[in-house]
Order: sequence, then C-alpha cells, then structure tokens
Amino acid sequence: MNFDVRKDRWAAAGALTVALFLLAAAFAPVLCAIEGQDPYTYDLDALDSSGVPVGFGGGISADHWFGVEPLTGRDLFAIVVYGARTSLAVGAGATAVAVVLGVLIGTTAGFFGGWYDRVVSRTIDVLFGFPSLIFMIALGAIAPASVPRPLLVVAVVGAFGWPSIARVLRGQTLVLRTRTYVTAAVAMGAGPARVMRREILPNLRATIIVYATTLIPGMIGVEAALSFLGVGVAPPTPSWGRSIGDAIAWVGTDPMFLVFPGGALFLATLAFNVVGDGLRDALDTRTAG
Amino acid sequence: MTAVRFVGGRIVGALVVLLIVSVGTYAVFYLLPADPAQLSCGKPCTPQRLADARAFMGVDVPWWQQYLDFLGGLFAGRTFGSGPAAVHCGAPCFGYSFRLDAPVSTLIADRFAVTFSLATGAAVLWLLLGVGAGVLSAVRRGSAWDRGAMTFAVAGVSAPSYLVGLLGILLFGFTLDMVPVGGYTPFVDSPLDWLWHLVLPWCVLAFLFAAVYARLTRGQMLEVLGEDYIRTARAKGLRERRVVGRHGLRNVLIPVVTVFGLDLGQLLGGAVITERVFSLPGLGSLLLEAVGNVDLPVIVGVTLFSAVLIILANLAVDLLYGVIDPRVTH
Repeated sequence: MNFDVRKDRWAAAGALTVALFLLAAAFAPVLCAIEGQDPYTYDLDALDSSGVPVGFGGGISADHWFGVEPLTGRDLFAIVVYGARTSLAVGAGATAVAVVLGVLIGTTAGFFGGWYDRVVSRTIDVLFGFPSLIFMIALGAIAPASVPRPLLVVAVVGAFGWPSIARVLRGQTLVLRTRTYVTAAVAMGAGPARVMRREILPNLRATIIVYATTLIPGMIGVEAALSFLGVGVAPPTPSWGRSIGDAIAWVGTDPMFLVFPGGALFLATLAFNVVGDGLRDALDTRTAG
Repeated sequence: MTAVRFVGGRIVGALVVLLIVSVGTYAVFYLLPADPAQLSCGKPCTPQRLADARAFMGVDVPWWQQYLDFLGGLFAGRTFGSGPAAVHCGAPCFGYSFRLDAPVSTLIADRFAVTFSLATGAAVLWLLLGVGAGVLSAVRRGSAWDRGAMTFAVAGVSAPSYLVGLLGILLFGFTLDMVPVGGYTPFVDSPLDWLWHLVLPWCVLAFLFAAVYARLTRGQMLEVLGEDYIRTARAKGLRERRVVGRHGLRNVLIPVVTVFGLDLGQLLGGAVITERVFSLPGLGSLLLEAVGNVDLPVIVGVTLFSAVLIILANLAVDLLYGVIDPRVTH
C-alpha cells in the first residue's frame, strides 16, 4: 500500500460525495417530504403560457429548490434525488451482473485452461468487437413491453460489461495457478472447487474490488445514455439521462433544466472515478504517483 | 513468410468473428416478438394480407433460412416479391427497408459521409491532444502541468458526451453565437460550412476522448520510462528528447493504438449520442429513426455494418502492431 496525501485527499472527497449520493437516494422520500414536493405532480402555475418556468434560474424558489421541469412544472429537486435512486440502483445492479459473470468466467478460464479457455478468450474478443451501445439501443427499442425496463437495462448493460474484468482475472489466475501454495494444496488432495475458493479467489479480492469500483461509473453512464436516447428507463420513473435528453429542446430558454440533472450525473460519475483511481493507486505500487 | 501467415491468420480470424457476430445479431433480433410484416401490414390486417406481407418480405421461413437468404443477398443481391410489385436489392444487399422503400445499403451510404467526417476529424484532434498531454505529463511527473492535465482528464473521463455537447452548444452556440447550434452541410456543397458545423462536435468528442488517451499514455509512459532499455539509451548519451520520442513512445503506442482502433470503429459505426445532440444526420441518427419506427431491416443492417467497421478497425490495428513492433509477426 502506498499512501499519497494529495491523492488520498481526492479519494476521500470522492468517497464523501459517493456517500452523499447514496444517502440522498436512500432518503429521497424524506428529502422530498421536507421540501413538500414529489417527482410526479404537475405544477402548471410555475410556468408561463409557453411552458417555460417562471422566475430566476428555471423557477428556483422556497417551494422548488432546483426549479421545475419545463412544460409540466414537476419539481426538479425531487426528480434529481429520485433520479439518483434509478442511476445508483441500475449502476450497482449492472455492475453486480458484470462482476459475477466476469469472476465466474475469468477465473474458471484461467484455472482450467484448454479448449474452454480458448472458447472464452474468443468470446471476449467477439464481445470487444461488437457495437454494444448500438446493439443495446436496438434491443431496448424492440424488446416486448412486458419486460420491466430497469431489469432489462441491468441485464443488458451487465451482460456487455463482463469481458474486461474476466480478461484481467483470467490473466491473474493463470499466474496464481502455478504458485507453489496452489501446487501444495493440490498435492494435499484439494479438489478444484476448494483450490478456487480457498487459494485463488482470496488472492483476487483486491483486483475484483478495484475493478468493480471502476465499472460502476461506466454503468451509470450507459444507463443515462440509454435513457437520454429514449430506450432506457421508461417515464415517469425519474432518470438523469432522460431529463438531460428532454433538456435538449429547452437549452436555449431554460438552461438550468440541463444544469441540475447534468451536474448530478457528472458529480456522481466523477466521484466514483476518483475513488476508483485512489483504490487502484493504493493497491498498485507501480503506478502510484 | 511469417508475415504473410500473420496477416492471413488475422484476416481469417476477423472473418470468423464477423460471421459469429452476424449470426448472433440476426438471431436475437428475429427471435424477438416484433414481426416486421405485422408492423407494415396496416389496418385492417387480414390474415391473408399478413401472409402475403410475410412472403413478400421473406420472413415466412425459419430464422436460419432468413439468415442464409441475408448472406446470399450480401454477395448476389436479392429480389423481394415477384411480378410488377417486386423490389430488387443489389449486392451487397444489407436488407431492404419496406418502410422507407429503399435498400438498407443505400440508406447507410447516404448517411455514412456525415459520421465519417465527424469521427475522423475528432480522432485526429484527440490523438494529438491526448497522446501529447500524456507524454508531457509523464515526463514532467508531479509538476503543475501534470496535476492540472490529470485533473482535467479525470473530469473529461467522467463527463457524459451529451452533457459536454449541450453545454458547448449553450456557450458557443447560443450565448457567444460563434458556431451553429446543429445541422450539417456536405463537404462538396461548401467546405467552409462543413467545417463550421463540425468544429464544435469535433472539439467535444476530442476533449472527452483525449482525456482517456492522456491517462492511458501517461500511465504507459511512466511504466516504459522505468525499463532497463531506457536507462541504456540514456547511458549511451542520447538526448532526452530522443529517448522519450523514439525509445519510449514506440512502446507506449501499442496499447494506445489498440484502444484507438476500438474507439474509432465504434464511432464510425454511429456516434449515436453526438449525432443526436448536434442534429447531425449520420448513421447514429439513422439507427435512432429506425428504432422509433421499429424498422427491423435497418436496425439489423446498421448494427451489422457497425460490427464490420469495428472488426475492420481491429484488423487494421493488428496489422499495425507488426509495423510498430516487428516482434509481433514472429
């Protein structure tokens, strides 16, 4: 472990921001109750005749802390904190899917080798050479409406997220497999399952944690991108990406409608990236600054 | 001889990947319960009309048969329906949009120039900016420049493209009125207008991608500069410029080129988000329109076309490895 005061200060600020977002998401109903709003109620009184919010900064007031959404007058603060729920839940869910698949596939490929490893390695190559965003957009558009959208997004985004972590874990498992303590365990009669669980996986824990942390911001970004394009989480469930997509039409008349959800998305992604960088530097002495 | 085998092997590998991707894509989209014939049948949709539409589109056979027809169309072209109502789709036939009444390949060809202009222009900018900033940061590690550039880079990595794009439009389009807020003019109509419309999208994409490349280049360069052969080069009395430029950069370029191939391939296959933000009528917009209309042949065609581009880009990267690092071919 290598401690760098400046890097650690950054990482600490990132971790604090992540914690704040988690709290905001967890206590979204409480926060909205304090404000006295919810993300679904229309408030046409807050708009002028052309649908633009009345007043400073997109209708910021004691009633509407972040102003209101143009055309509907829904409370933007409520949309942003409930949007945090959507982003973090989908981000965490998709990361979990990707990490579980990546660990299962990557470690077994490295451990068992042979034709299985070759098939896995080829599959990873194919998935890297795949227009995944385009595929996700197309799939999101024609999947039947009976499938719940957030689940579909989690499954699809997670299913395209595993190759990077699987490739890294495969490489590390290949190295670990030849270590003397693994040979010793095998010599003492441990079966493959036991060796994997007791000898290999504990040594991969740090890598898995770092990779999971660095995957989360990317997953949040993909959910937001899909919702931005109109094929992600369906309305009226609040989503930062969809609000930003809606803000395109209003960027000239009500820029604050872009700034609040956009700022939230940027801050959350940045915070996760900084924490991931800090973790990686702390664990990898070679690149530590 | 080894070089020929290396190149041949890579090309065969690329073809195999392409075949697998196309089967997968085709199967997924045609197994979903979105019947293209049903969608185009109109109302009232009698069973007879539906059956006619299915036969006309060639979707009245199992999906693997449809896939084989599709493959055949790629090489020989194909004709849908018969008699005076028949439509012909010449080789390479990427499918036929019954909704737009045009071959998918024509639709793609019409839009590709836009996406190509956007992607290649941005790529030149981000390579220069990203690799340049990364090398400088590594060489002056810990300096004010390094800290500033890396702070900027982590912001660039975290910022979604549509957010940066919209803020750019807000600032340079609406507030400063320096560039148009969207749209596209073909190069052949007016090169100046073409440039004018693309400057902002280029800069936005270049900023976001340069951030990734600066981080990657810096990390690789730091690792390479710690190697023995760098110490040897310095010990020989080579100037620092040459040590970094020749001995360092050449080894840094391999991972950079790998990522570059993937990125450029992805972008050429449709910069969906950037095209949406800047109202550029490229491949990504074509896909989004097709998604809105549930125009299945176009969706499949564009997906496969972008897969082809990514695989070609990867193939080009593989072959470039041999040029950058001759050891690869042996």
